Amino acid sequence: MLRKLTLSAAAALGFAALPGLASAAGGESLIHDYDFPFEGWFGSYDTFQLQRGLQIYTEVCASCHGLKYVSFRNLSDETGPALPEDQVRAYAANFFVADFDNNSQLMDSLTGEMRTLTPADRFPVNRTAAAPDLSLMAKARAGFHGPYGTGLSQLFNGMGGPEYIASLLAGYLEPPACAEGAEIDGYYNAVFAAGGYPDSCIDEEGHRMAPGSWIGMAPPLLGDDVTFEDGHEATVESQAQDVAAFLMWTAEPKLVARKQAGLTGVIFLTVLSVLLYLTNKRLWAPYKNKVKKAK
Amino acid sequence: MAGIPHDHYEPKTRGEKWLHRRLPIGSLIYDTLFIPTPKNLNWMWIWGVVLVFTLVLQIATGVVLVMHYTPHVDLAFASIEHIMRNVNGGHMIRYFHMNGASLFFFAVYLHIFRGLYYGGYKAPREVTWIIGMLIYLLMMGTAFMGYVLPWGQMSFHGTAVITGLFGAIPFIGESIQTWLLGASAVGQPALNRFFSLHYLLPFIILGLVIVHVWSFHSTGNHNPTGVEVRRGSKEEASKDTLPFWPYFVIKDLVALSAILVVFMAIVGFMPNYLGHPDNYIEANALATPEHIVPEWYFLPFYAILRAFTADVWVVMFTNWITFGIVDAKFFGVLAMFGAILVMALAPWLDTSSVRSGRYRPMFKWWFALLVIDFVVLTWVGARPAEGIYPYIALIGATYWFAYFLVILPLLGVIEKPLPRPATIEEDFIAHYEPHTGGTKTVVNPAE
Amino acid sequence: MSHADTPEGTRRDFIYYATAGAGAVAAGAAIWPLVNQMNPSADVQALASIRVDVSSIQPGSQLTVLWQGKPVFIRHRTEAEIAIAAEQDLEVETMPDPLARNANIDGTALATDENRAMPVPEGAEGATPRAWLVQMGVCTHLGCVPLGNQAGDFGGWFCPCHGSHYDASGRIRRGPAPENLPVPVTAWADASTLQLG
Repeated sequence: MLRKLTLSAAAALGFAALPGLASAAGGESLIHDYDFPFEGWFGSYDTFQLQRGLQIYTEVCASCHGLKYVSFRNLSDETGPALPEDQVRAYAANFFVADFDNNSQLMDSLTGEMRTLTPADRFPVNRTAAAPDLSLMAKARAGFHGPYGTGLSQLFNGMGGPEYIASLLAGYLEPPACAEGAEIDGYYNAVFAAGGYPDSCIDEEGHRMAPGSWIGMAPPLLGDDVTFEDGHEATVESQAQDVAAFLMWTAEPKLVARKQAGLTGVIFLTVLSVLLYLTNKRLWAPYKNKVKKAK
Repeated sequence: MAGIPHDHYEPKTRGEKWLHRRLPIGSLIYDTLFIPTPKNLNWMWIWGVVLVFTLVLQIATGVVLVMHYTPHVDLAFASIEHIMRNVNGGHMIRYFHMNGASLFFFAVYLHIFRGLYYGGYKAPREVTWIIGMLIYLLMMGTAFMGYVLPWGQMSFHGTAVITGLFGAIPFIGESIQTWLLGASAVGQPALNRFFSLHYLLPFIILGLVIVHVWSFHSTGNHNPTGVEVRRGSKEEASKDTLPFWPYFVIKDLVALSAILVVFMAIVGFMPNYLGHPDNYIEANALATPEHIVPEWYFLPFYAILRAFTADVWVVMFTNWITFGIVDAKFFGVLAMFGAILVMALAPWLDTSSVRSGRYRPMFKWWFALLVIDFVVLTWVGARPAEGIYPYIALIGATYWFAYFLVILPLLGVIEKPLPRPATIEEDFIAHYEPHTGGTKTVVNPAE
Repeated sequence: MSHADTPEGTRRDFIYYATAGAGAVAAGAAIWPLVNQMNPSADVQALASIRVDVSSIQPGSQLTVLWQGKPVFIRHRTEAEIAIAAEQDLEVETMPDPLARNANIDGTALATDENRAMPVPEGAEGATPRAWLVQMGVCTHLGCVPLGNQAGDFGGWFCPCHGSHYDASGRIRRGPAPENLPVPVTAWADASTLQLG
């Protein structure tokens, strides 16, 4: 138990400290550029995907990871998971609080016991396994970098936060042969770059022979970890994408509203620019024409 | 104003006359709004208005954000999330403020380089230039302290690094750093005072902007030819100028509106592109991000800071003659502030009698190289300090200093400038007359 | 560019007006968010409506909950209390405040106990009628919190600040308070859960 705790603590620290540095170990190519429905100028969240992601979070992730900036009431957001209010109320009331030490805001001040959670409450903090909070994870990681520090990849592909999460969850591969017999804690993940790495996998020139590193988190998805009511497939990869999409929503719940405001602004300001341009042309015409006529 | 002869404000109604005798504000507004402005100004002369707009945007959104923000180490990060999730339109206001800083620096760099190319800093506009440099310094201070407020990982560790620069000053450095932070490390005292100063400095900037405008309204606007407006008579002056309102206000608004289209697209569709993912992790003193990278607008000077390492001969030499007082760390700090200082001293380093780079054939090339140098420094500032990058940074930093300290003084002596138009009117006409045949006019203001 | 002056003049005017109009709209659209951000935020609004489980409140006892920063008295009255309130109903015409002050019904309704007490919840038709009385626990005089448990001379509440007496139905009977204790927007979410707001 102690070993596991220190392991996950180390992983948590590593996770918090060294985000998105897959490029350093050449693991970036393994970050798959998934087509999420919320990408692009008109992209918005897929309600059903978010609901599936919520179910995966609840049944798999929530035992170790908190979601402390998200309120239960947000689950009924129209552009989010859009759950009916009574379902949200029931979901909040039934939510299992794993961490009693760090959720004093959910205690009844008189009895000192956990009170029934309501939609106005936020998801509880969970530090039982020293795992990082997931509320902002999709914005706190970047999947794409470069090339050569130009930022062009992110310009065209986006920051790649959800892609990083999905790729990482699907990135538990067989450890490379060089690691056989090496004493190293954790699980080999081809996408996670910030973890431990055995010396036996580093060649004479100091280059790593395999991408990724060893992560403290045991493979959370093994396939069919949850059963969806609508019978949607639950392979490792589809679950990874669903939960990554859900985490993008938790990190940026106002994404759809923001894009709408952006699009309105762009269109309106373009019209205004054209009008101003014409006004300016009219205004200056007499002075410029004078020059033209004089010649 | 401006010594350029023009019509003056005449109070007409009784009310206007009453007020004018007591407070000539009508006159001030009239003179400011209708100031004669050289009619040959090109599209690089729009950044001033863009900058004023951005300052107003930042103050307006900033004042509003303060209504929901909490400057406390335990609550700051959460209060930003509160703004992003709960406050009405809070996510847009915050993204505007965040990206507004980038717009501010983007515009100020183009504004500065405009001045450097057209020789706007030269007599009699040195005071305008120096005040501009002060504004730029205050902008950097404000932006830095604003970046601390979200209390993310990059905020926290960036603050440690930047205040550490002051710690590099020999003998008193450590005391200064402790004084800045109010503790031996970044914490609650630092957050609270940076919050206070982040709120204060923009208003000092606003005051300096007014002085900046006042000073160039006193000398008259610079223009792409560097030829002054004729001031012999009102008729003469009016051939060279047009009033600011409406001719230049509308022109500036065209540009502002077009720039805001791009700005809106960034805020709406990629608001975090110019930021760093690490700042969405709450500050943690126990874990440092692998690469501490400042915001993009600091990168050129950050590159210069890092360029001078202990194995550079200038650094070793300086270290030796100062008996070890100036070490590599302090040298880097001096170089960074020196890079801005040499820019501020440009009016006295440039020996050329010609103002505008348009008529300086050799200068053009060196200036183009300076622009490239600036871009390269920006890029290399974000790269890890390993491999070939430190060399690129060193070359870039060297050229930056060489440009101001060697090239500018020398060019004025050895360069033979091109003929200049006699008047602004001549330049204006040359630009708008129909080009006949294939012959191009020598003077081409369409730059 | 046309050389005829008249059509150009009108077209110019149109462009000027259109630009000015669009500029005004842009300015308005920029200012509105700065105003609107001061309205209650989503987390505050989420607390505008709360649910209270009243299943454990025995007859003759009262639960005080905090709702939007103010106390709300939720009293489960005994048969005897209901009887007293019914008796007091006879004097309703001459009470200092003859209006019900019940946000759930018409503003001109008379302050009968029927008009102030909660209706019987759906699905619990056999329950005692008018057993539940929900009202703001803020004296209508100067905002003190009145004492409960049949305090005062009328078997209801008594405000210790300036001596206002409220009866078993929360109506003002004596003292400086001008109005009955107001009944907030309340409804039964289910047979044992009240929803305030």
